[in-house]
Amino acid sequence: MRITANREVCCSAGQCTLIAPDLFDQSDEDGSVVLLDAQPGAGRLDVLREIVSRCPSGAIRLEEDPGA
Amino acid sequence: MADALHPPVSLPTQRSCPFDPPDGYSPLRERERITRMSYPGGTPGWLVTRYAEAKELLVHKSFSARQEGIISPVPTELAYDGPAAPGAFAKTDDPVHSKYRKLITGFFTVRRTRQLAPMIERIVHEQLDDLEKAGPGADLVEVFTESVPSRVMCEMIGVPESERKSLQRHVETTGRLSATVPEALAAVSAMSGFLARFVPARMDDPRDDVLGDLIRGGQLTEQELMGMTATLITGAFDTTGNMLAMGVYALLEHPGELAKLKEDPELMGAAVEELLRFLTISHLGASRWALEDVEFAGRTVRKGEVVTVALPAVNRDPERYENPDQLDIGRTDHGHLGLGHGVHQCLGQHLARTILRVGYEALFDRFPTLRLAVPADEIPMRDDFVHYGPGSLPVTWED
Repeated sequence: MRITANREVCCSAGQCTLIAPDLFDQSDEDGSVVLLDAQPGAGRLDVLREIVSRCPSGAIRLEEDPGA
Repeated sequence: MADALHPPVSLPTQRSCPFDPPDGYSPLRERERITRMSYPGGTPGWLVTRYAEAKELLVHKSFSARQEGIISPVPTELAYDGPAAPGAFAKTDDPVHSKYRKLITGFFTVRRTRQLAPMIERIVHEQLDDLEKAGPGADLVEVFTESVPSRVMCEMIGVPESERKSLQRHVETTGRLSATVPEALAAVSAMSGFLARFVPARMDDPRDDVLGDLIRGGQLTEQELMGMTATLITGAFDTTGNMLAMGVYALLEHPGELAKLKEDPELMGAAVEELLRFLTISHLGASRWALEDVEFAGRTVRKGEVVTVALPAVNRDPERYENPDQLDIGRTDHGHLGLGHGVHQCLGQHLARTILRVGYEALFDRFPTLRLAVPADEIPMRDDFVHYGPGSLPVTWED
């Protein structure tokens, strides 16, 4: 499983940082997403799916492992 | 082929319970994915009451938030013609919107707004000192809920305390749907007058605050700085103020939930989210207009037609939430649209969360016997405002 975060698309709403501050932060400059851990353990799958669903700009993508 | 259209409805606004959305929404939400709606004057448009469709619409590239195409979903003399003023980014689309918004988003991140907690705590406690002196027995709206968010924003942008109360009245007037044209014009011109004095003075002498940072950035004209300042003031004052008041009112009227919160203060974060969902104070929801003919929710929305997303109804969609009409501060399923969705999602949302958390905690901690001073059905509700909430909240407590 792999997360990508597109800072160009990001609107700095901070849903990701609110939900999982250990995986995401926001830049001080413009609040856009900073990915702290692109490959967290499989145990975080549910929370990552929630983050993808709540990201208002579609900046965060999740590539799930085949068969997962 | 799509089902035949029902006759157009007008926006439901009558509530039989102050904590629930207008009664007219749920039959529409059950009936169809998108509802034909007649806007004031008979202009045809649409209404969305379901969660999934709301979320889809608010990120849809064929729909615009630009002011020039928006029609009010309810009759009002508060009409804004033409494009938004420079810097008033809430009523623009990207790339104009993000150009402005990105200049200030750094101040409103999760981390930065939590760092503001000591300042917010100081303001909350000063207002609670006033409440203590005023009672037992006081109007919580006047002494506490409308003062805290406006003081916080004034401090963030450096507006002197002497200007705050009058700005608050102007913001209130421009959000009152029953305001007459002369009333609205007087409020708008008083607000512009303030901005025309305040912003140039700060440009000559920038302070160490959000406005000072924008000025030093050197990217904005005086007009744009005025538009941004106005957006911050109108976005921060009565929104969080109404939510703070509605939350207290709802908790006092749901004593079981309040008791759970007092027993386990760790629930506060979840409680704030649930109150934002359950109470969704955006009385008129969010409106967008179609930039082109677009197939949406099984219908053809014609170029120029306006779609209103009824956020209070959306957050009670039984397809999305279990027991949606129950206030449950232990609910872990959030993802509500109380602060909108898409690139216009509330800029100040994390600031609002911090104010609500600190405000509820301190109020119930210092006034553990707080209760309504009048029967609940005597609380006057602002159902003719863009943001819903109590007009006053008479409370009392044991000395």
